[in-house]
Amino acid sequence: MSAEVLTGKAFKFGDNISTDLICPGKYYHLRSTPMKLAEHVMEDADPDFYSKMEKGKAFIVGGDNFGLGSSREHAPLIIRLAGVNAVIVKSAARIFFRNCINVGLPIIITEEIEKIKDGDELSIDLNGGVIKNLTQNLEIKFPPLPRIMTDILNSGGLVDYIKKNKDFKL
Amino acid sequence: MTATKSGKTIAEKILSAHSNRELNSGDYAIINIDYVIAQDGTGPLAIRQFKEIGFDKIWNPRNVVFFIDHAAPSPRFEISNDHMIIREFSKDFGCIVSDVGEGICHQLSMEKFVSPGCVLIGADSHSCTGGSMGAFTTGMGSTDIAVGMGLGKTWMLVPETIKVQFLGSIQKGVYSKDLMLHLIGKISANGATYKSIEFCGDTIEGLNQEERFVLSNMAVEAGAKAGIIASDEKTKHYLHNQGREDDFKEILPDSNAHYERLVEIDASMVEPSVACPHTVDNIKKISEIEDIKVDQVLIGTCTNGRLNDLRIAANILKNSKIAEGVRLIVAPASRTIYLLAMKEGLINTFVTAGGIIMPPGCASCVGIHGGVLGDNEVCLSTQNRNFKGRMGNSNSFIYLGSPATAAATAIYGKITDPREVM
Repeated sequence: MSAEVLTGKAFKFGDNISTDLICPGKYYHLRSTPMKLAEHVMEDADPDFYSKMEKGKAFIVGGDNFGLGSSREHAPLIIRLAGVNAVIVKSAARIFFRNCINVGLPIIITEEIEKIKDGDELSIDLNGGVIKNLTQNLEIKFPPLPRIMTDILNSGGLVDYIKKNKDFKL
Repeated sequence: MTATKSGKTIAEKILSAHSNRELNSGDYAIINIDYVIAQDGTGPLAIRQFKEIGFDKIWNPRNVVFFIDHAAPSPRFEISNDHMIIREFSKDFGCIVSDVGEGICHQLSMEKFVSPGCVLIGADSHSCTGGSMGAFTTGMGSTDIAVGMGLGKTWMLVPETIKVQFLGSIQKGVYSKDLMLHLIGKISANGATYKSIEFCGDTIEGLNQEERFVLSNMAVEAGAKAGIIASDEKTKHYLHNQGREDDFKEILPDSNAHYERLVEIDASMVEPSVACPHTVDNIKKISEIEDIKVDQVLIGTCTNGRLNDLRIAANILKNSKIAEGVRLIVAPASRTIYLLAMKEGLINTFVTAGGIIMPPGCASCVGIHGGVLGDNEVCLSTQNRNFKGRMGNSNSFIYLGSPATAAATAIYGKITDPREVM
């Protein structure tokens, strides 16, 4: 999946976007129907996000400590199910970061997050490690993930990785 | 002079012992797990992923426990159905269910099986609570937990460790909750991201095991992967009270262990404090804030729903009534704590003062049932998180404080320094 170049529009959020804002606890009862839950993605950070974004043509861009809080894997899962291509942040909370990879949602960490403004058109080459900001005509380079995470992401997530390898391979 | 090889932190020691090789921070490793836990919010997804992968058995069913604690008893049919998924799976695969009314995963794990030196992974971010027993316990997502259930192992990056030293005697009215809020305010909500914290110093040595749970429980609120405390006589005493004294082992860091950094805190300077909306690192001393009226007070949760906490709160509420217009909700963290609190007359004190008792479990903390806040309402809670929307309504405000602060606040109907009523 990571061979492709992802393109779409940036939706910018601030620092400390918790998993409560991404996947509100008040929709706890929808956790076993993730497609329904996905309609509420980011709702408490931006109530219009789901209606504004175009499936397959959107990036969530966040600040520091993105995804802090609850371990609910439903948070990155519904970001992916809603059709967001990738999450680009200045820094990510540990469990959320790991969960993104496990559900097959690319997550990019970059110090240069201020080079992306809300509404910018982006093109991302995951393997090449480059974000092209087409609106501002500039590039941001990002380092590769640790090998095991690259392998899990390239498998499409942890379920498919384990199906294929039967075990973890360091 | 030849460079001496540095020793190991507690995290490095425990993880090395669970991987059959010598590990240091920065190493990637496959770690053998002792226990896997999940709760009703994360368990059903873990079960679906376990089946999707195609596992036909659990590596060690007696070491896998599902806790029905977050929405217990269930407020909606969809959640009731999720609870049924957990019960049915556990019956089919032989793992353990801790059903409605037994209590919170992070309390029951301490009462029943977490021991010094063990490794636990849990599909709940506050799984780090067990670090206070000299264990390596950490939170993960449902799929990691599903794989842990199937293989009995997980992968980890061995974390660097921040040594947090609390020194000195604490003031009257100050509790381990205040110490932890102070620390998070100092290092910020991502001050320990990806890292392990080792809490030490004479202040920590003086705390009993229940007080120590609070520190490790909230380590994740500074972003930490684990929050560890060396095991000692206090740990042994707690295990003895649970009938598990034989599970005690002394777990210490090497004296020449390498730490990423040292954070020193003069505990004698810490005052009763609260975390203000909407982040846990927005810490203010109660003596420095203006009057903040509250609509609800919650005493309980995996942070502060233990017997020690209920005793502190009941002692303040004894012979008092809560303020008019305030709802006081009390939820013991486990059935055992509930029974002991009844025996000691604490439950009687809460109800007489005007409080409401909720069953052992997560109560109002997760915003799913019992105590959801209305628009613009304010709650002072002993829980660990005050994120916008946490208690079920993004138009409400949550302050975090100690059980003593909660009790004093319930009496006056505004956030109150507990020293005013002690």
